[in-house]
Amino acid sequence: MFAYYLDLALRSLKRNKVLTALMVLAIALGIGASMTTLTVLHVLSGDPMPNKSAKLYYPQLDPRDLDGMRPDEEPPKQVSWIDGMNLLHAARADRQVLMTGGAGAIQPSNASIEPFFEDARFTTRGFFPIFDVPFLYGHPWSPQDDDASARVVVLSRKLNEKLYGGADSTGKVMHIGGKDFRIVGVIDTWRPTPHFYDLMTGNYSDSEGLYMPLTTAVDLKFPTNGSRDCWSNSANTDMKTANCTWLQFWVELDTPAKAAAYKQYLVNYSQQQKSLGRFQREPNVHLRDLMQWLDYNKVVPSDVHLQMWLALGFLVVCLVNTIGLMLAKFLRRASELGVRRALGASRRTVFAQLLVEAGAVGLVGGIGGLLLALLGLWLVRLQPSSYAQLAHLDLEMLAGTFLLAVGATLLAGLLPAWRACLVTPALQLKSN
Amino acid sequence: MELGPILSTLRRHKITAFLLVAEIALTCAIVCNAVFLISQRLERMDMPSGVAENQLVMVQVANIAPTEDAKARTAEDLAALRRIPGVKDAALVSQVPFTNSSSNTSIKLSLNQKLPTLNATQYMGENMIQTFGSQLVAGRDFRPDEYMDYDAVLKDLDLVRKQTSSVIITKALAERLWPGESALGKKLYFADVGVRVVGVVKDLVRPSLFLGDDAAQWSMMFPLRMNGNNANRFVLRVDPTQRHQVLEAAAKKLRELDPHRIILGKKTFDEIRSDFFRNDRAMAGTLVGVIIALLTVTALGIVGLASFWVAQRRRTIGVRRALGATQSNILRYFQTENFLLATIGIALGMALAWGINLFLMQHYELPRLPWIYLPVGAVALWLIGQLAVLGPALRASRVPPVVATRSV
Repeated sequence: MFAYYLDLALRSLKRNKVLTALMVLAIALGIGASMTTLTVLHVLSGDPMPNKSAKLYYPQLDPRDLDGMRPDEEPPKQVSWIDGMNLLHAARADRQVLMTGGAGAIQPSNASIEPFFEDARFTTRGFFPIFDVPFLYGHPWSPQDDDASARVVVLSRKLNEKLYGGADSTGKVMHIGGKDFRIVGVIDTWRPTPHFYDLMTGNYSDSEGLYMPLTTAVDLKFPTNGSRDCWSNSANTDMKTANCTWLQFWVELDTPAKAAAYKQYLVNYSQQQKSLGRFQREPNVHLRDLMQWLDYNKVVPSDVHLQMWLALGFLVVCLVNTIGLMLAKFLRRASELGVRRALGASRRTVFAQLLVEAGAVGLVGGIGGLLLALLGLWLVRLQPSSYAQLAHLDLEMLAGTFLLAVGATLLAGLLPAWRACLVTPALQLKSN
Repeated sequence: MELGPILSTLRRHKITAFLLVAEIALTCAIVCNAVFLISQRLERMDMPSGVAENQLVMVQVANIAPTEDAKARTAEDLAALRRIPGVKDAALVSQVPFTNSSSNTSIKLSLNQKLPTLNATQYMGENMIQTFGSQLVAGRDFRPDEYMDYDAVLKDLDLVRKQTSSVIITKALAERLWPGESALGKKLYFADVGVRVVGVVKDLVRPSLFLGDDAAQWSMMFPLRMNGNNANRFVLRVDPTQRHQVLEAAAKKLRELDPHRIILGKKTFDEIRSDFFRNDRAMAGTLVGVIIALLTVTALGIVGLASFWVAQRRRTIGVRRALGATQSNILRYFQTENFLLATIGIALGMALAWGINLFLMQHYELPRLPWIYLPVGAVALWLIGQLAVLGPALRASRVPPVVATRSV
């Protein structure tokens, strides 16, 4: 039966090519625009660590003085050196990492490459296991390296290709900021989106090229990137003691019970620091998991949301357009439908037949929409925003495109099909 | 034109007429808001910087390792830069408008104030007003003897505590802090350090608009001398016709003077502005695309429905023609019908446009839609409607009267 309806539908669609083309075009444009913006939104609001995000938490403390305190104020988004080191060494979580963004001036041994600055991550060793960073060559540095401020470095695959042509460079010595560093590892391609572990250096930045122990970089006074928030005015420029928050601290907690216990630990820690006189405010802590942290920071640009609403509005216009055209098309065939009804076709079969026709329009519109979405995403990638190059269609969105196209068109077909199957057979036969 | 027959016809095609009205209303509402959004973006991209944009170029450098004699090095750098033909002035500054990297501080109007009044940005560097080409609207520029080394102040804040230092602020900041009063001679504080306003410049935009566009002009300039270890942006005021040559020459010169230096970037101010607003430009472009697509789809929808109606009413038209209606009567009939539907759609569309604007105001911090944008959508849709219906209407007017006499 379905095959017969399909045949009828195709015949009918062929009979009025212009109207059919208009419907397909409207659906394709609406679907194309919607899928382009939905894909961008999907990519940007995705989970950067799908296997682990529920176990990763971002503790926040409030070490500020009472000056300028507002009720219900959020604690700072980063931690100070002293608190970071205290929490790190307390090691109350399953894993923990303390870090900041920075830059390293690289003087390549290969004289044909000019010296350049590379974005760096100054971090404790925990970074690699906690974020499941894949290694191409070598391995992370040792815990002793963290303690000893060892001059060791891990490179990204991209930087390793630039400097060493992609060969295994572990064990080699490179000059960074005028000092010698030993390469201990090269990580494989790794770009979590968003750049969740440090939103201060850009929500969708590429991951860094250089990784070195935090203590090493701080001792060598390498330039840091990101934001530094200071209070209680003092001219202290020693980042280890200054009243400034500038480091990111992440913990891995395997169970919700451990997370609750850790939050209590943060409260206790704040209390203890207050009794020691370091903290002045009442304990004010937060322990958001990864996705809550992204949400709180409103990572997805509001323009992307705006574009999605715009595209959905456009889709609605396209659908209203399609309903109108389909209604015109179906009613025009009133006489034909009248004959079919008079010959014994029930309302239901006529309705089903018309919906098959609508579905066929939706499917063709969906294919057109897919092509337009691919074109749209290509246009998005031409844009200069940091996230633009990430806009690619995945399987999920591909399936979504067809579902949306056929679903929307079937919905659009309901009203015209219902109206058309209401025709009174006798009236149609008489008028002809 | 008689509206009676048109209305009675439309009454018999309620659903189709309703769909057409709905489509026009939605299109009108979206177009009004999209045009408004575009104008917002364009206005934002025009934000004044307060500097002599077409005369400025910037070279950003970085040392591979900190230099020992940074102060002497910087003096030498600036002297060499000033000798480049076409350079009128040069300065090493802590930050540059529209380059995103900035230093900011909360300020208060008295020492015992509990909550800070606002957060403003701090520009530092010697000879900055001259080089930026900022326009003083009150007071004076810093005197040469007012400058202190930034390094020295950082080491010992008492330097600025002992002798009240000077500050130059923007007109917008002055009006915000002391509305209706002259800012000259007034004191402001950050933490426990007080500074006195000696001058007011017309504008000086912040490097980064992280506090929103309303705070864009809250800037202060301090008489602090930077060196290569604590600042890395050289700004040159040059002859506008030689901008690109000077930029190349300056970068080359800076590399020559110190080979342990990396040029991080070199840009004219026009490029800086264009990079800063690239997302707004892209958004405006997207919106233009959406408007064109919307109007096209709506126009095609009107063509489709009008064609259907013309075909459906072929016999009626024939009868009217046979009864003496002229071709232009028929043409005008369809035009009026479309005008009527468009007008209803536009009226609904305006209400909807206002509703969408309310939603956007709530979620995207947009201002209220000025009424002036409503006619834009209306005119666009009337025009589109009339253009779209013209083809089918002409076809209708050419229906020969003889159709009336034929059956089927």
